[in-house]
Amino acid sequence: MKNNKLSRKIVLLGALIVATVLFLAGCAGGKQGDRETGKAGDAGTIKVGILHSLSGTMAISEVSLRDAELMAIDEINAAGGVLGKKIEPIVEDGASDWPTFAEKAKKLLQRDKVATVFGCWTSASRKAVLPVFEGNKGLLWYPVQYEGMESSPNIFYTGAAPNQQITPAVTWLLQNNKKKFYLLGSDYVFPRTANKIIKAQLAAEGGTLVGEEYTPLGHTDYSTIISKIKAAKPDVVFNTLNGDSNVAFFKQLRDAGITSRDIVTMSVSIAEEEIRGIGAENMAGHLAVWNYFQTTDTPENETFVKKYKSLYGQDRVTDDPIEAAYFQVYLWAEAVKKAGTTDVDKVREASKNLEFRAPEGLVKIDPENQHTWKTVRIGEVQPNGQFKELWSSDGPVRPDPYLKSYAWAKGLSSE
Amino acid sequence: MDVLLLQVFNGLSVSSILLLIALGLAITFGLMNVINMAHGELIMAGAYVAYVTQTVFAKYVNERFFGAYFIVALFLSFLVSGLMGVLMERLLIRFLYGRPLDSLLATWGVSMVLQQLARNIFGAPNVDVVSPGWLNGGIQLMTGVQLPYKRLFIIVLVVLCIVGMYFYIHRTSAGRRMQAVMQNRDMAACLGIPTRRVDTITFALGSGLAGIAGCSLALLGSIGPSIGTYYIVDSFMVVVLGGVGKLVGTVAGALTIGMINTAFEFGTTATLGKVLVFTLVILFLQWKPSGLVALRTRALDG
Amino acid sequence: MARLGSKEGSQVTRFISLAVIALLLLAPLFLSEFRLSLLGKFLSYAILALGIDLIWGYTGMLSLGHGVFFGLGAYCTAMYLKLEATGGGLPDFMSWSGLTGLPWFWQPFEHGWFALVMAIVLPVSLAAILGYLTSRSRIHGVYFSILTQALALIFVILFVGQQPYTGGTNGITNFSTIFGYDLAAPSVQTVLYYISVFFLVATYLFCHRLVNSRFGRILVAIRDSENRVRFSGYNPVWFKTFVLALSAGIAGLAGALFVTQVGIISPAMMGIVPSIEMVIWVAVGGRGTLTGAVIGAILVNAAKSSFRESFPDAWLYFLGFLFILVVLLFPDGITGLFTRLSHRYHRVTSNISTGKTVKSVQPLESNRV
Repeated sequence: MKNNKLSRKIVLLGALIVATVLFLAGCAGGKQGDRETGKAGDAGTIKVGILHSLSGTMAISEVSLRDAELMAIDEINAAGGVLGKKIEPIVEDGASDWPTFAEKAKKLLQRDKVATVFGCWTSASRKAVLPVFEGNKGLLWYPVQYEGMESSPNIFYTGAAPNQQITPAVTWLLQNNKKKFYLLGSDYVFPRTANKIIKAQLAAEGGTLVGEEYTPLGHTDYSTIISKIKAAKPDVVFNTLNGDSNVAFFKQLRDAGITSRDIVTMSVSIAEEEIRGIGAENMAGHLAVWNYFQTTDTPENETFVKKYKSLYGQDRVTDDPIEAAYFQVYLWAEAVKKAGTTDVDKVREASKNLEFRAPEGLVKIDPENQHTWKTVRIGEVQPNGQFKELWSSDGPVRPDPYLKSYAWAKGLSSE
Repeated sequence: MDVLLLQVFNGLSVSSILLLIALGLAITFGLMNVINMAHGELIMAGAYVAYVTQTVFAKYVNERFFGAYFIVALFLSFLVSGLMGVLMERLLIRFLYGRPLDSLLATWGVSMVLQQLARNIFGAPNVDVVSPGWLNGGIQLMTGVQLPYKRLFIIVLVVLCIVGMYFYIHRTSAGRRMQAVMQNRDMAACLGIPTRRVDTITFALGSGLAGIAGCSLALLGSIGPSIGTYYIVDSFMVVVLGGVGKLVGTVAGALTIGMINTAFEFGTTATLGKVLVFTLVILFLQWKPSGLVALRTRALDG
Repeated sequence: MARLGSKEGSQVTRFISLAVIALLLLAPLFLSEFRLSLLGKFLSYAILALGIDLIWGYTGMLSLGHGVFFGLGAYCTAMYLKLEATGGGLPDFMSWSGLTGLPWFWQPFEHGWFALVMAIVLPVSLAAILGYLTSRSRIHGVYFSILTQALALIFVILFVGQQPYTGGTNGITNFSTIFGYDLAAPSVQTVLYYISVFFLVATYLFCHRLVNSRFGRILVAIRDSENRVRFSGYNPVWFKTFVLALSAGIAGLAGALFVTQVGIISPAMMGIVPSIEMVIWVAVGGRGTLTGAVIGAILVNAAKSSFRESFPDAWLYFLGFLFILVVLLFPDGITGLFTRLSHRYHRVTSNISTGKTVKSVQPLESNRV
């Protein structure tokens, strides 16, 4: 009996040792790998990282961004690469989990020594990797519209800042006689910050706020909210709902007998890709504001859409974040060509005022805040799930993440 | 006044949805003591059945009969989810009777696999189910008060399900056998009831009801791989609050949570409403651990 | 089942344990910075797993809300780190959310020691209240699990909703220093790693002492038949309250260690899914053995990190099937598997067989729980 217990203990601890040794051995192997990898460019290729959620809840949106980035890399390689070298993408899965994003960012920068990283979607994932990029002197290209109030020297922002999406949309609505606003959003950072900006702007430009409501992420029943909206009688619902909640909201809004003619909605996170899940029949006539639609009429866009569809399937659609993910690879490549090196500081210097003809039209990197000059577009959802452009800004709008140039925005940000 | 009326209706509607998603659970959890964490994925399966049926109808069936797809989908979703239930019971649950915590963990594994399966088959993005024409619109009670047909339909559907279940359990011999097995397995076995088969049928019934729930929820919400996760906690709360083992308890639980939630959501915010309701449920259970309608039992650890 | 150490056994045990500890201590010498921070994270998970094993493996209360306790510990530490990073100024998320001054409950967190104490005290208090209320009302088994699940949901919704105070979905991140030392510096990370090793060993020894004491045997008795314990004149309420509070405290400690090494905490890590994943680690390693909890936490996470890089899709299938298989075929996890193998080997030599590692007598009542 005693003997037996003893042996069991030995086996148990043996198991622990084996596990530990195996793990450490694996790690040691990793260390060897580090040495072999060396600096970017040694092996005749330039390594770049792609860091998106390929699994988990955010995979819905982020997989398409990876596809667009890979497509751009292939195109650049086919045209001879940069600095005479081919670009070698290393794809990592952030798994819709913010610490995983930080972990993978660390891996890309420390082990793979990538020249730059294209990635992230949610603000939370960007905030999670930001200290990693700053600490390791890395470079991140971030392709999604966001709430602003940030400007890291280690990040290039190629999606819209609030003044390139939200602010012009509010102004346009007010000019079109939609004065009474109802703000509806999911309960997280982007909607809350966006709505603060909208409220300040409404107060300054003569609009009124008749209601503000946030629902938990994954909320499925909007009947009560819709009653509240009905009671408040707004001209427009400014919608910052996220993901699946949009489906429930628009289906139930239509069931309650409210069409876009009664109360129109203006959405900032519903693009072509999302409309397919909501059903175009439920959204027809409602509005959205972006910098790019699949229907945007430029020669670059025609080839982009054709190429994307032939590569990934005729049933796929392109949208604003996909397009930004695509052209940001080109922006980086152009900056590297101009700098003659992949060194982060020199690339940053070279990128100042860099211009590129993207599918959405001319874009330019702002020398001060590393955001992108972009054209603003407001579109109406058509029964086929595409947008009809109703309005666009005259040329690219200067990015202003802290809204410093707007008098009414004083006190919104700490800087 | 019209807002109040609308809110009462909304409360009823939310309650009916809660009841629909909890009904299957009331059987598998309430009667069989199996914690099926994959219940949400059975709901998901029902929603995808609606999507597939609609796609097939749009392709092969005359446009005039397109509206009928939903009725077909309701039956199919019951069958598909029920069959999945049979498989789960035969391959997994069977070995875990009497170990509810283990059934919880194992079915959590099943739910992960099913979600990923849905992602691989249908893709990660949501799919769209076009609701049949006869369910669009609603009854205009007075100006500003429109009762959507879809919500009315779900209320009727729930009532039908409850009545059907009541008759099945209390008026058919199969239902009586089921009751007998759940109440005293050994005695039932001695009387010649094939307890194994009854187990399978019971579990399949609960799963099939989840399928019906999923199919009808496709009218109101999104259809994607993760919809099961939105409903699973709610449905467990309904069953626990109502008290296990009694259908009428589940009905009471769903009505209580639905009405209170809608009222709170209207009075405060959606976020706060949800937190308040769950806190109240937890507190209530401190006071009455066996729920609103307790099953009288002499068992010590019942 | 409490296993008593025999004399010869403890010699070998001590030797092997020392070897493992030595390996862990030497790890920084041959691991890259990236791998070391991974290992440090896994060690904090291992501590957490010990806490879960204590209440689930030994006392039979399956908590599906341990992410909350872990998260509270992590948030307390993160509040301190954030305030140190801003130099006492207002964190960025507060200023965009419209706060002009630091909320009162944030103010004491400027002091690191206060934060670290709170990282344990807060989860312990919450768990003590929850444990007392639930065990007093005799809410046990699956009802306890479902309640803790609801608790996790409530906390996630609250933390997400209170953006001005918690940072919302983004959580709290972007730290610079800890007690004045640069967090990004490799040397500081190495020290933090050693602190994790220390706490893992300390927690392990403490739990080991506890479960092998008379107290530990009462815990197992509560798991196997709470009523018999009650009839024997013990009041299970106090035991359960105490052990849940202890387990929450361990989880809080793990959270504090986690946040210093990973550098972020967000509500997503407190929710139902991570909470259940924590239980998976213990189940895979082997519930009811402390070594099992540690092995499970480290192994599952190491597998997750490496496996996922190559097959992001297949990972969920793998995890799902692993879970089903473990529950169905190896309810005692990896350690149970090894024990079984050693038994088979030993039957040849000694002819004596004992019970399985965890399962002791299955009392009649447990069939109806």
